[in-house]
Amino acid sequence: MALTKEQIAQRIAKELQDGYYVNLGIGIPTLVANYIPEGIEVVLQSENGLLGIGPFPFEGEEDADLINAGKQTVTTVKGSAFFDSALSFGMIRAGKVNLTVLGAMELSDRGDIASWKIPGKMVKGMGGAMDLVASAKNIIVAMQHTNKAGESKLLKECTLPITGLACVKKVVTELGFFNITENGFELVEIAPDITVEEVKAKTEGRLTISQNLKKMIL
Amino acid sequence: MNKVYNNADEAISDIESGMTLMLGGFGLCGLPENCIAALVKKGVNNLTCISNNAGVDDFGIGLMLQKRQVKKMIASYVGENAEFERQLLSGELEVELVPQGTLATRCMAAGYGMPAFFTPAGVGTEVAAGKEVREFDGKKYLLEHAFKADFAIVKAWKGDTHGNLIYKETARNFNPVMAMAGNITIAEVEHLVPAGELEPDMIHTPGIYVHRIFQGKQYEKRIEQRTTRKRN
Repeated sequence: MALTKEQIAQRIAKELQDGYYVNLGIGIPTLVANYIPEGIEVVLQSENGLLGIGPFPFEGEEDADLINAGKQTVTTVKGSAFFDSALSFGMIRAGKVNLTVLGAMELSDRGDIASWKIPGKMVKGMGGAMDLVASAKNIIVAMQHTNKAGESKLLKECTLPITGLACVKKVVTELGFFNITENGFELVEIAPDITVEEVKAKTEGRLTISQNLKKMIL
Repeated sequence: MNKVYNNADEAISDIESGMTLMLGGFGLCGLPENCIAALVKKGVNNLTCISNNAGVDDFGIGLMLQKRQVKKMIASYVGENAEFERQLLSGELEVELVPQGTLATRCMAAGYGMPAFFTPAGVGTEVAAGKEVREFDGKKYLLEHAFKADFAIVKAWKGDTHGNLIYKETARNFNPVMAMAGNITIAEVEHLVPAGELEPDMIHTPGIYVHRIFQGKQYEKRIEQRTTRKRN
């Protein structure tokens, strides 16, 4: 079975460590917050100016002044802090955020990421993605392996406008967990009931299979 | 010293067509709602607006877009606005997309009196076109310049008659850095109090940056994505 979006998030959550400050992008990355392992404490950073994102508010307790970067109403947790947008990106640029999880439209086998624009079709803007990928040391991309037409989104070269060059080191798709090395994508964990052949067929970029390839355990 | 104005109409009365305005807020959070309404009423046009987002169709800067008051938008994210997209694709509206951290820091630099700075955001992308690239410790950075704006228009929670400001929660966002960056800065606040009533230790924006202040009214504070959980 290919992983669901929730399972992709669940797998990424296992990369969290106690004391991490983490920025989660919109979409699948946001779901990672639901699977933070028991017994560790992580602080979620929202680039609109919040450290310590809490769960959604109870019905009737929404506060228009308290939102996350996806513009959703949220709450604070014990130890939360507010700050302005310049400081927010200051901590990102200075490498204080331990882990960044974000989505992508395309990824190259050198770790280039395209995520902000489809020329002639979609003009939404990059938001904070370019700042995040340019500075984060530890980026995990959560994405679908193929597009709706079944074409690989793990490519030799990105075809869409780039968000950042050679910055992504890890990617989790519905087919598995990949490191990005100098030899391209390296399959290190494979989703249950997915074959290596299927991963090969759906990956256009350079692909190697880890000698220690494991079945993914969620 | 008299920085206090009666309302938005008076505070923006000398904003003219063709000017460059900074508008605080992130999405619909922390928007200077009263000043936006006054700008729509005044009908100034050919404006260059610097703001993280362009509002939605019927709120925030979207209201100014509907009236074709904006010539150029400088923002980081402009989704969720059909009228914006239509004007952009038809060429009626000029748009400069700027990475969010670069946008904030270009405001901050202006308020710190620094003409430019280097940032890694956008290296190797369309954003880098025509910009100086310099390497520090083996990493590439782009030269980005401080913004210049005729007016910065911000929203705070509390303010005093000296223009000292305190923001609430994530409604802070771009407001403090924009407040620092305007040739003239207008602050609208939910609660205006006499100087001396705010705790000096708690001030986010010192009044030296704020030229005009007024107490806004009838804040709608619209929520873009209302997300909740059920009580057990």
